[in-house]
Amino acid sequence: MINKVGREIPDYLLKNGKEVYQGKNYMDGKYIQKASPKTRRYEKPQESKIAESIVKALKDCGAKSGMTFSFHHHLRDGDFVVNMVMKAAIEELGLDNLTIAATSLGSAHDPIADYIEQGKVVGIQTSGIRGRMGEVVSAGKLPTPAIIRSHGGRPRAIEGGEVHIDIAFIAAPTSDCVGNCRGIGGKSNCGSLGYAMSDAKYADHVVVITDCLVDFPNMPASVEAIDVDAVVVVDSIGNPKKIASAAARISQNPRDLMMAENVAKVIASTPYFKEGFSFQTGVGGPSLAANLFLEKYMDERNIKMGWAIGGICGPMVELLKKGKVGKVIDVQDFDLDAVNSINQTPNHFEMSASQYANPANKGAFVNKLDFVVLAALEIDTGFNVNVLTGSDGVLRGAPGGHPDTAAGSKCCIIVTPLVRGRMATVCEHVVTVTTPGDCVDVLVTDYGIAVNPLRQDLIKCLDDAGIKHVTIEELKEKAYSLVGRPDDLEWEDKVVAVLEARDGTILDVVRKIKPFHV
Amino acid sequence: MIPRPRPERFRLRRTMMFMNAQKPGLIKDAYIYGVDSIMLDLEDAVAENQKDAARFSLYHALKTIDYGDTEVIVRINGLDTPHWQEDIRVCVAGGADGIRIAKCESAKDVLTVEAAVEKAEEEFGVEKGRTLLMAALESPKGILNAYEICAASERMFGVAISGGDFRKCMQTTPQRDGIDMVVARGQMLIAARAAGVQCFDTVFTNLDDQEGFEAEVQQNKAMGFDGKSLINPKQIRYVHEVFAPTEKEVRQAEKIVSAFRENAAKGLGVFTVDGKMIDIAFIPGAERTLRLARACGMYEGDLV
Repeated sequence: MINKVGREIPDYLLKNGKEVYQGKNYMDGKYIQKASPKTRRYEKPQESKIAESIVKALKDCGAKSGMTFSFHHHLRDGDFVVNMVMKAAIEELGLDNLTIAATSLGSAHDPIADYIEQGKVVGIQTSGIRGRMGEVVSAGKLPTPAIIRSHGGRPRAIEGGEVHIDIAFIAAPTSDCVGNCRGIGGKSNCGSLGYAMSDAKYADHVVVITDCLVDFPNMPASVEAIDVDAVVVVDSIGNPKKIASAAARISQNPRDLMMAENVAKVIASTPYFKEGFSFQTGVGGPSLAANLFLEKYMDERNIKMGWAIGGICGPMVELLKKGKVGKVIDVQDFDLDAVNSINQTPNHFEMSASQYANPANKGAFVNKLDFVVLAALEIDTGFNVNVLTGSDGVLRGAPGGHPDTAAGSKCCIIVTPLVRGRMATVCEHVVTVTTPGDCVDVLVTDYGIAVNPLRQDLIKCLDDAGIKHVTIEELKEKAYSLVGRPDDLEWEDKVVAVLEARDGTILDVVRKIKPFHV
Repeated sequence: MIPRPRPERFRLRRTMMFMNAQKPGLIKDAYIYGVDSIMLDLEDAVAENQKDAARFSLYHALKTIDYGDTEVIVRINGLDTPHWQEDIRVCVAGGADGIRIAKCESAKDVLTVEAAVEKAEEEFGVEKGRTLLMAALESPKGILNAYEICAASERMFGVAISGGDFRKCMQTTPQRDGIDMVVARGQMLIAARAAGVQCFDTVFTNLDDQEGFEAEVQQNKAMGFDGKSLINPKQIRYVHEVFAPTEKEVRQAEKIVSAFRENAAKGLGVFTVDGKMIDIAFIPGAERTLRLARACGMYEGDLV
């Protein structure tokens, strides 16, 4: 069946009520039945829940073949926990037929590719997938397609029972002996633990893995002991150097700065740019640099930002400390400035992924967002964005909060160079639609700005402000005139990954790529 | 092949950005920053044993990249080097809009380059007189001969001072108030205006000193320069801001030009606008203001 963004979705995927993507806000007003986990009672007073090893904790939680284990990605590419747990489950306990449901996976998890090839891991559900795992999944090594969800789509699926987590593993920079966890105070600090919160509430069993045991009670806890079955203390949960960079520096690249300046100009031209406006931006070069130019406009007009959300890094914390933003609320921290600020700097708060972006709850932050500034691997003339598959069709990215913030915000700005090396970023058809075009409003490139024709109101704003813009078709043609028009990718029929829209409908599928022959 | 229109001798040149002609990544789309002219450098930025490679990349850039309205000028090697003749052939063959003569010290230098340009135009079948020239004054002698240099050729559109070399000759360094070069800048400006060509100030090289840069640009504007050479795209915006006319100047210029045309049609040469006497002498300035205003996005009328 062809869906709203023109993608062919095989009928065999449309079972158990699964539908194809029908457009923004299609599920609005519908009801969901929330799932509830089956959890164990701990009535008897207990000194501690510390298990001597991951294997022991797995056994205590009744781990068996065929289960779904969940993980979160606050330790980013420094994470040791996924590999540690899967090794214990597969190599020490001999389990197989396992599904990994992670908030995201990266190249730190290359060893999991072996378990996929051995048939021990049979399911992957994640936002991000990169490195060797992306390659083996793209090669069709999983018996069932991987499921790719946004950061808001994942808690929706968990809360609605589409994903049932048997055991959730919480990588905790600090924990006490009964499992109150925080993202700070240890040696592998990551700040927010927002992505882990829904997992802990909806999993049957919860195992905390920490490398820094602290005195009870570890408060204020991000994941609470009331949800935790076992605590395992290991030497190290991750490589701090890869968990959070020293400090996210604002790019000095003139191209990035020019695009960032144009992003700020566009923002300042809209009616949403007023006292108390809300904002989210990414950490990529031009997205992050937008902070700098936005601040100038805020000073000029004498207005302050009401609140900012997202993955957060230093420059936003800096604005908070200068009193130029009222509150910062985050699900994840990207650098040490942010890690050291959350729950410490007044008005810097933590939130769960559900509270951040879940389209099926009653008050996600993204729905109150004025502006979001996002990057893209590709964007096509329908304003559909791809942040998942490379130009070779292989999985190597992550929708993350992209589709959620794009859909929720009043003005979604994509900022990207027009070409990257020999690849046209603005193209005829993206390889995979990860954020549908009906959620994307403005595109800022180094060669010009284009506004989604669905947003005539924004076109008028830009015109009134004297900001030049062109059609996205012109930008596409410019890109092709510079780097040439690529041949279409060739696919086999087999679907290797299903891309769920944030509301749970199917937005696109990724098929197995045909080997490339010259 | 990208055909470039015949270069305009006196166009708007608020900003001229230097780029190493050898770096394809830089020159492939330098026009995106909105600079008025780009200055592709074959001289100091290119190592002695890379001159040929730089010419090669320059030629192909000129032939394959659509620079649109951005003027493309090439800084060639000095006349005391073995490179300048080949540099000129490449510029002309590629269709550069203009050539910047490095270390120019006399009208003879201009004429030497002009002869080589003319020869190259003939060689490559390029329209005679198409390739414009400008001179960089880098020595006291160049400053002293500024007028004869400016007036040496119909191809000359302007003259620029090159601060680095000039300050070395004068045994000084950049000063906050510009006192180090105030005489040279002034003399060059007078010569340029006397000869009826444009005049450009030198680069400001300390990118971390935004305050110093801004002070220098303001002084440039106050002294009457047409524009400034730049080394980084992030310097462009400020120069354009400073060189932009005020809203009042634009409206005044608009009034003057339209009143002049109406009165000329009626056979009147002298008239008043807002109580001020206006005649033909005011027109070039008013038209320049309108052209500048158009470039700055402040004027959309059809008087210029």
